[in-house]
Amino acid sequence: MASYSTNEFRSGLKVMIENDPCEIVENEFVKPGKGQAFSRVRLRNLKTGRMWERTYKSGESVEAADVLDTDMEFLYSDDDAWWFMNPATYDQVSADSAAVGDNAVWLKPQDSCTVTLWNDVPIAISPPNHVVLKVVETDPGLKGDTAQGGSKPATLETGAVVRVPLFVEEGDLLKVDTRKGEYISRAKE
Amino acid sequence: MTSADLLDALREWATLLARLRQFFDERGLLEVQTPLARAYAVTDPYQRCFSVIDPANEGGVAGYLQPSPESAMKQLLAAGSGSIYQICKAFRAGESGANHRTEFTLLEWYRVGYDHRQLMDEVAELVNELLGPLPVERITWRESFVRYADIDPVVAEPEALNARLPDSMRITTPDAREESQRRELLDRLLVSRIEPNLGQNCMTFLYDYPAGQAALARVRAESWPVASRFELYIDGLEIANGFHELKDAAEQRQRFEHDNRQRQREGNVEVALDEPLLSCLNRLPDCAGVALGVDRLMKISTGADSLVAGSPP
Repeated sequence: MASYSTNEFRSGLKVMIENDPCEIVENEFVKPGKGQAFSRVRLRNLKTGRMWERTYKSGESVEAADVLDTDMEFLYSDDDAWWFMNPATYDQVSADSAAVGDNAVWLKPQDSCTVTLWNDVPIAISPPNHVVLKVVETDPGLKGDTAQGGSKPATLETGAVVRVPLFVEEGDLLKVDTRKGEYISRAKE
Repeated sequence: MTSADLLDALREWATLLARLRQFFDERGLLEVQTPLARAYAVTDPYQRCFSVIDPANEGGVAGYLQPSPESAMKQLLAAGSGSIYQICKAFRAGESGANHRTEFTLLEWYRVGYDHRQLMDEVAELVNELLGPLPVERITWRESFVRYADIDPVVAEPEALNARLPDSMRITTPDAREESQRRELLDRLLVSRIEPNLGQNCMTFLYDYPAGQAALARVRAESWPVASRFELYIDGLEIANGFHELKDAAEQRQRFEHDNRQRQREGNVEVALDEPLLSCLNRLPDCAGVALGVDRLMKISTGADSLVAGSPP
């Protein structure tokens, strides 16, 4: 089994911690004067998204995780599966709700997503930072209210709900920031 | 970094070196240069030296890049140099991070007739001159653990030390029989609970270390054996390490041999003892010496977030 020694630690490295694949986010080399050196590491658990902290003595090693970020096209979802296709090989994989998580509301067919594969199984999905989605439901904006800069909720075609300006109407296409879940602008497309 | 920024950084670095030299020249210390590569590595169990390969000699090891100029400078002191200082490059394999570089600049000086307390005063004067006046705080190593980690490090059991650590720093199976693990727990506590509190809006001298961490310092018999060693911290960062220098060759040899046994236990290569150093120690004058990290000093004085001042882009 491949492993990494502390002197190979760097951010982005994928390692196994307590049987879960994790990504090193920050690695701090620490050595008190005349004392032992160690690495204080912040890791993101790639399955749960939680941040972990660990300390390793210099020279200790940690098992490598067979984790790969791949750009794939979202195809469709059924029941509890979201299907993605590798546009180069046409290979298809399905991700479960644990992997997709809250990002399910940003997945639109044909959009390119980053799929994190662990031993060839998707464990996390990152939608594009910006997606264009159609408004399927929102209250009509009140006339004359546009100058007030008020907002209202709008439900999008994927089920996502975002705050939008009052002038937005049903059927509009909106550009949305998926990281913050925020309206950016109306879109033409 | 733009070329204007680089030029600024280079000038700042050159100015700092000039101010350091002025400080010591005015005080009558002699500037010296000693070999960066010597035939001996150090026994310190946690220090690794780069070896210098000689291609002309079938790729044999021609020497080791020195982690500090201490041995060579002590040979000069023993030969009657009087008080001396040196600004040189030092090398520590495997040490790389925001506050560590494998190659860095060290200011090291020795004061004949001083003990570690007098030398602390001089370090404070130097820092005040370079960084502007800062209040000086002094706290013993032992007291710092009581104050900041609520534990007496001299008597506490390993389990109790372990319990004082933040979760992410704990050792899974503390073992009371293992001496090196006790040291490890103390180091982890120092780094996580003590150091962040030191040198906050002041300069803090941590002094009187446990005998097991004496390195090349004298040990005094007080209520517990205390090493005449100090470290200076500013903004939580260790800047300097100083000793009231041990001049008992037999005791120094025992410590080096102890280091080597620990190296063996931890599966590291043993290191040949620095005989030129050991054989000069009995002629060493009473003196105190300190090594100060110039890159770290620069980092603090410029507020930079890493040690790259004056480096090529």
